[in-house]
Formats: sequence, structure tokens, C-alpha cells
Amino acid sequence: MNATQFLTIFISAVFIYNVILSRFLGLCSFVAISKETKPALAMSLSVMFVTTMASIITWFIYRFLLIPFGLTYLRTISFILVIATFVQFVEMVIRKISPPMYRFFGIYLPLITVNCAVLGVAVLNVDMFFMNGKAIPGSFYYSLFQGICVGLGYTLAMLLMSGIRERLDLCNVPEAVKDFPLAFIIASIMSLSFLGFNGFKF
Amino acid sequence: MKKFFSEFLRGIIKENPTFVLVLGLCPTLAVSVSVINGIGMGIAATFVLLGSNIIIAMLKNIIPDRVRIPCYIVVIATFVTINEMVMKAYSPALNRALGIYVPLIVVNCIVLGRAEAYASKNSVVNSLFDGLGMGVGFTLALILISAIREFLGAGKLLGHTVIKGFQPAFVLGMPSGALLVIGLLLGFFNVLKSKKE
Repeated sequence: MNATQFLTIFISAVFIYNVILSRFLGLCSFVAISKETKPALAMSLSVMFVTTMASIITWFIYRFLLIPFGLTYLRTISFILVIATFVQFVEMVIRKISPPMYRFFGIYLPLITVNCAVLGVAVLNVDMFFMNGKAIPGSFYYSLFQGICVGLGYTLAMLLMSGIRERLDLCNVPEAVKDFPLAFIIASIMSLSFLGFNGFKF
Repeated sequence: MKKFFSEFLRGIIKENPTFVLVLGLCPTLAVSVSVINGIGMGIAATFVLLGSNIIIAMLKNIIPDRVRIPCYIVVIATFVTINEMVMKAYSPALNRALGIYVPLIVVNCIVLGRAEAYASKNSVVNSLFDGLGMGVGFTLALILISAIREFLGAGKLLGHTVIKGFQPAFVLGMPSGALLVIGLLLGFFNVLKSKKE
């Protein structure tokens, strides 16, 4: 476990394999909620929180439940159930504690349950930081950090996209490509520019 | 019989999950690098859709309304796990190529969307045909996208060189090419739709 490892995880999760623009996880929410900056930011922060927490929870489940009992084939079911339960729980807590925060974040939380980015991070962590059914040294910290970085990557793409789309509202675009098609074409150009980060090495 | 057939056809053209409902795009874009991957993903998703639609239509009167989404997810996840195991056993190469997108079928909006919008309200046989139609529609969309990308991006179709001396544009095989192709196709279908009306 050293600093280079963390830097590599950061660069690859945020830039090279950006969760939206390169791995295509969480595209539905990316296209649907990126029309204005404020909701986009709220959604991104909620996603970042959930990916981080999901990384922690699924790591413990995989390491201390699934591996010791030889149940690794139940990975998908157990992860998605735990994530769904966790998101529901957070929603209830926020609604109880702070109604203003609930109005800001609450409506996005149910959407996150079926956001591929969250389950994607959990599966990626397991694929990357467990070798032959054993956790590699420092795998917990790597998983946690990757959870945060994927959230950061999501936030970056969301903010850029919503900024562009706010400006596009003022432009005259052909009727046929309005909304969805145009969003994808913009995302394609953004993804092309992110390609420039390929080949970064430490 | 005619009614079942129309249930089946609806998923292919009028309510095509990819181009009309714009659902489940994550796997569509990620695996459409080659036609073989596209077909594999399409069959896997069709299997999950079919299984979950049938089981959910059977259980619709037993599942309490308030906890229906977690129940649906458990049913879907079960079929995804079966799918994963079968694929690992019989086609490890495809399993490697599709990577994390196989377990991610569980959060594919098409599957949960059909469970919520159709299977929870209709009979078992209707749901079966609906699942089959949606699955085939999804597979056809995947084949279309992956054929465009494989032909223009690698100069091949199903791994065979089609035109000798054709200079492929590698960018179409990359993530940005996937987004471009789907954007242009959606725009193209919008034009067709507005022409029809």
C-alpha cells in the first residue's frame, strides 16, 4: 500500500475510466438530470455518498460473509439487496432529521438504488482488490478510495454536461436531435476529450 | 393467438426498449464493440427478462404493494445469477468479454421497468410474450449498433473482414464512438417518426 497506488486509482477512476464517459455506468441519470446545474450537483453528491458507503458495506460483506462461507456466487443478489436497503434507510433518516436536506437530496435517492454506477463500483472493487478468493493487502482502503473517486468522476461529468446543456437551451438546434440525441452526441465529444488521459502512467 | 403476436411485436418496433423507451443504455453502449458481444448480451438480457416477467406475473397477487420493488429485485437477481453461472461454465470467453456488465443486468432499467409496468398487472402468458418481445427488440437494437460499430470501427462483421482495403475509423470502437452512434441513431429514428406523422 503506497501513495502511487492511490494516485493510480484516482487518475483511472476519475479520468481514464470515467464512470460515465468510458464505463457507461449511470447513463440514465446522467442524461435525465443534467439539464440544470443545481439538480445535477445534488444528484452527484448523493451518488458520491452512496458509492462510498456501498464500497465500505459490500467490502465487509464480501470479506467476512461471502468468502468464509464459500458463497461468492451470491455476490450480485446480496450486493443489490444491501445497497437497496441502505439507500432506503438513508432516505428515511434524512427525512426524519432534516426536511430541507430531504427536499434537496431526497427525490434522487430512490433513483440511486437502480443506478448501475453503485453496483458497478461494488463489483469492480471485488474484481480488482480480491485475488483468488483473498483480499489483497490494503484492499479495504483501495475499495474505499475507489468508491470516492468514482463518485468524483460522476460529479465531474455531471457538472460539465449540465453546464453545456444550460447553454444549449439558448441555441437553435434541429428538432430531430433535441434532448436525448443531442445529449449523447455531446457526451461523445466529451468522451473523446477524456481519451486524452489514456496512457497516463506512474 | 393474434393477440399474443401483437404483444410480442410491440417490444420490437413500437416500444423498442432502446430506441423508443431509451432504457437500459449502459450495457448497450458498453458491449456493442463487436456483434458477437452484442448477441451474447442480448440473449442474456432476454433470458432474464423472460424469467423475471413470468415469475413476477405469477407472484403478483402475493407480493405486498409496499415492498414490491425489493421483491422484484430479488427475483431478477436470481435469474442474473443463474445466467452468470451458466455463462461462466459454457462460454468463459464471452463472460470475460462482457465483464462486469453481466452482473449489472440486475440494474438494467428494462428488466425492472417491464416488471413494474407490465408483469405486475398482466397474466402470465401475456407477460411471457411481452418479455420475449422486449428481449428480442433489445437484441436487435444491440445487433444494429454493434454491427455499425464493428464495421466502421474495425472493418469487420462477426470477426470476418468484409471489404478488402477498407480503412476503419478506430474511434467508433472506443467509448466516444458508442455515444456518437446511439445519438445519431436516436436522431435518425426521430426523423422517421416525424415523417410518419
